[in-house]
Amino acid sequence: MYTTELKDKNGKAAAAPAIAEDPAKLAAFEARVAADDFIEPKDWMPEAYRKTLVRQMSQHAHSEIVGMLPEGNWITRAPSLRRKAVLLAKVQDEGGHGLYLYAAAETLGTSRDEMFAALHSGRAKYSTIFNYPTLTWADIGAIGWLVDGAAIMNQVPLQRTSYGPYARAMVRICKEESFHQRQGYEIMMVLAAGSPAQKRMAQDALNRWWWPSLMMFGPPDDNSPNSAQSMRWRIKRDTNDQLRQKFVDVTVPQADAIGLTVPDPSLRWNEERGAHDFGEIDWEEFYAVVRGEGPVAKERMAARVNAWEEGAWVREAALAHEAKRGARLAAE
Amino acid sequence: MSREWPLWEVFVRAKNGLSHKHAGSVHAVDARMAVEAARDTYTRRMEGVSLWVVPSAVIVASDPGESDALFAPAADKVYRHPTFYNIPENIKNI
Repeated sequence: MYTTELKDKNGKAAAAPAIAEDPAKLAAFEARVAADDFIEPKDWMPEAYRKTLVRQMSQHAHSEIVGMLPEGNWITRAPSLRRKAVLLAKVQDEGGHGLYLYAAAETLGTSRDEMFAALHSGRAKYSTIFNYPTLTWADIGAIGWLVDGAAIMNQVPLQRTSYGPYARAMVRICKEESFHQRQGYEIMMVLAAGSPAQKRMAQDALNRWWWPSLMMFGPPDDNSPNSAQSMRWRIKRDTNDQLRQKFVDVTVPQADAIGLTVPDPSLRWNEERGAHDFGEIDWEEFYAVVRGEGPVAKERMAARVNAWEEGAWVREAALAHEAKRGARLAAE
Repeated sequence: MSREWPLWEVFVRAKNGLSHKHAGSVHAVDARMAVEAARDTYTRRMEGVSLWVVPSAVIVASDPGESDALFAPAADKVYRHPTFYNIPENIKNI
């Protein structure tokens, strides 16, 4: 879900390069991970494990940070004081989640500045979902319900991911994320039970967010060559397609319950499989968004880079203040 | 570009009577700012009543390579545990 960066610019999957490791150390590591032991920052780990984690965790962190932008867009226009307070709290949580994840990634030897530089230069990716625009208030409902719902589906198994600091960050995030989904569903519920125009607005938001939400789980398993290694190393605990299926199965009844229609004519319950069959995902669209061609990709990055640059004087002033204070203390 | 703000480890006491427990880390130029950042980052839902912040650079950790030398000797000293001793059923309050 957060490993879309593994695709090259043509959107094709690239296998991770093999690095020669000490076979005895590697075997001991594999055995520990296979026994569901957690790996901690100072433990020996294969270089490819470290790299995959830095990529996945930093990308996950970037997704949280960039994820503040589409919702922040609606804080000043939330329809009531209650909705505004809730949205502010949710957006603050997303910022917090980014910080937990950056801190966890830093235990692997990368720095916060390196990760930011990778995001701002476009080298590092973030979840494709945030490159879609939030056109109406119902989009805030759809994001909480579907986007946070998909994120939870992905994050719950990551609480048992093999890297200790990542797993601990996920435990904290999962605890907080559940409110995000519920507040989103509540927004949809209220709109769906409102005037015909409000119901149309809710349906329109579902229509636009459904497919991008399914794409959040990443490419299909047969085009996800690093999945096998990530599963063996317990970095991932479920495949993209497994999680996507689970998401469809729990979300469809939630839409039915409030009288909204999932925009997929092929969607039907398959008695034999005990699961929903659903239509083909437009992977061309997915890879285009991964390549940076999402509807508001440029706007998102411009906002992010602008925030970083506009804040530079604050970061410098704080350092200068501390240096001056330190010098004064030393002179006393 | 200016240098990165130093890293601090954050410890949260969930309530009085419990120890402070490691929660994560924050970047801050000084201790005061570290406490405020830790408050915003790790206690948004009444998770704590007290915070410790410690510059990450001053923490000394044991080396995982030495973990056998440090911790394994305890494994063959089961006589340090009360269950090592067999006391007849009829003996009470022991």
